[in-house]
Amino acid sequence: MTDTLQHTTTTARTALRVVDADIHNALPSGEALYPYLAERWRRHHAMFGLPDYPGSSYPRLSPNAARSDAWPPSGLPPGADLAFLRAQLLDTWGIAHGILNPLIGVDGPNVEYSAALARAVNDWQIDAWLAPEPRLRAAIVVPYQDAELAAAEIDRLGDDPRFVQVLLLARTVEPLGRRRFWKIYEAATRHDLPIGIHFGGSGGSPFTGAGWPSFYFEDHAGMAQAFQAQVISLVCEGVFERYPTLKVVLIEGGFAWLPPLMWRLDRSWAQLRDAAPDLRELPSTYIRRHIWLTTQPMEEPARPEFFGQLLEHLDMDDRLMFATDYPHWDFDAPDRAFPAHLPAEAGRRIMAGNAQALYHLPDD
Amino acid sequence: MVQATGGGVPKVIDCDIHCVVPAVEALFPYLPPVWREYIAQSAFKGPEVDPYPAGAPTSAWPQTRPAGGGPPGSDLALLRAQALDVGRVSHGILQCSYAIESVHNPDAAAALAGAVNDWLSAEWLAREPRLRASMVVPSRQPEMAAREIERLGGHPGFVQVYLPVRSESPYGNRRYHPIFEAAVRHDLAVGIHFGGAPGNPPTPSGWPSSYLEEYAGMAQVFQSQVISLISEGVFDRFPTLRVALIEGGVSWLPSLMWRMDKEWKGLRREIPWVRRPPSAYIREHLRLTIQPFDAPPEPRQLMQIIDQLGSEDLLMFASDYPHRHTGTWEPELPLATLPDALRTRIMGETARAYYRL
Repeated sequence: MTDTLQHTTTTARTALRVVDADIHNALPSGEALYPYLAERWRRHHAMFGLPDYPGSSYPRLSPNAARSDAWPPSGLPPGADLAFLRAQLLDTWGIAHGILNPLIGVDGPNVEYSAALARAVNDWQIDAWLAPEPRLRAAIVVPYQDAELAAAEIDRLGDDPRFVQVLLLARTVEPLGRRRFWKIYEAATRHDLPIGIHFGGSGGSPFTGAGWPSFYFEDHAGMAQAFQAQVISLVCEGVFERYPTLKVVLIEGGFAWLPPLMWRLDRSWAQLRDAAPDLRELPSTYIRRHIWLTTQPMEEPARPEFFGQLLEHLDMDDRLMFATDYPHWDFDAPDRAFPAHLPAEAGRRIMAGNAQALYHLPDD
Repeated sequence: MVQATGGGVPKVIDCDIHCVVPAVEALFPYLPPVWREYIAQSAFKGPEVDPYPAGAPTSAWPQTRPAGGGPPGSDLALLRAQALDVGRVSHGILQCSYAIESVHNPDAAAALAGAVNDWLSAEWLAREPRLRASMVVPSRQPEMAAREIERLGGHPGFVQVYLPVRSESPYGNRRYHPIFEAAVRHDLAVGIHFGGAPGNPPTPSGWPSSYLEEYAGMAQVFQSQVISLISEGVFDRFPTLRVALIEGGVSWLPSLMWRMDKEWKGLRREIPWVRRPPSAYIREHLRLTIQPFDAPPEPRQLMQIIDQLGSEDLLMFASDYPHRHTGTWEPELPLATLPDALRTRIMGETARAYYRL
């Protein structure tokens, strides 16, 4: 193939205001965190790298899982160059605000190391992204395996209005409804911060309930199952009863799987209430009250009318938030992401209104 | 249960009736002496897990408990009365969830599997001509499982190989090819069924706290198995293979097909043997039993889900006797409200072809 990729040269803006609920800012290099790390942890990083569960990675389709045109001319990795991101994403699409969810491995088992890395990532985000670019907001990354250390980081930054949520990942050491994580939710609600649960992560367990898959295809397509397990756990462990103001955002999980899960959970709970005695309402009631979802990667039904049916089954028009997932290969463009035309009011809400309300973004 | 609609030839095929081993001693006539002795003298008493906790509401309707003792599903006379002698059932397919896969000792697993199958054959199939069965196999050891399939593949009473949906590796993994090879050689379907205790956790994030979460979460494991079977090219390798998904729910399937078809467009380079969209393989090779369905509360939305399946050949009737998934004895899917042609397919036409009955 010799043809070059054509960049979008015309301004392909939509008529609607756009908030991008999922952008991935990347480190220029591991050493970029060094100014924010004590010497002890710089040394640790130099010796051992970032924390990880070895043997749990599947090679992505493309280097850095990125669009091939997202490699900046500066030579930095995709998502690491603010000027390039401004031009290719924010300015091209007229994006009013974007939410940064940095996927930098701070979810490992060495919790002191993870805590130091999390602090460093968050301080780096302030300097490299939030201070220079007023359209951006960010998630607080935390060492989630120790809820007290995570809560301390949330308390440190929770009142900075540029941080708009706490970032967790979809695959964790235990399902996220479990008691060991409750102090994280307590801290988040103290600062009225949603918990964002994002595609990815590894907690040491095989990636399916039937063991380890073989292919990246399964890792990627299979993330929906990881999200489902987290929803089941949060609901059934009574997290939303215990923290009635808690908001949870499911980021980069798609959403077409959620209506059947709500139907199954409602039916299951009706038969097995004894196993979740703290619940006083239907699981689907908690889900519709407490959960938000970003739209990417959007499932594409076989027929356009099925998309309208899906939105009706979901009945969460005020909870869906458009996201591009820039700079990843499965990027959704604001003008082409939706398989069917959205009604005007739903379109306004999904493209910007819901995110503005959730993240307290100005309407200017 | 299914209501009879007048006289005529029985047409209903019940694709999921549970047959329960009441105690390991029931298998003694079918176990070699060395295993009878070992079971009697050691702490080994066969599998110690059950996907259906005895006291859980979902495990059995109260009226299915045999008056003479034994667990629900262990008494042929009661099963006949409650599952077969109702609604013009022509055939019922027995599923036995005896957790062979939880037995790590490979020879013990193989011996128990053989004993369960011989017990099914002698005490169920031989006594009730309407019954057929899925054979159990030592699925942790695919070569040994293939030998069991070879042993019984010619027995007309066995129409399917039983695999629990929770496994050590997803079933598309090449290590399981001997099972599919043997099944196809004997023209047996493979039935992937709710349950399983392989030792690894039921979610990608480890162990949930309660049975409710495990029960509700079983649907995800079915989804993972479908993703595995398709992406590993099992249906390309075995073009005549039939795989039934039993007691896993139905309403999650359309959204999974949409997602898989989209992912395939972007990622098919990694799995080049998958020559067609995943949904095409699903409609051709898979069948799903209807109980439970996980239906939306509104009838109009339920018909939309059925329409979204994109095929009238996907669903097969099952009572899932003696399990309880809703507040009423009737199947969750309101069969009487379906178009006649679709209902006829679901009640027996599809299964008759699928299981060669």
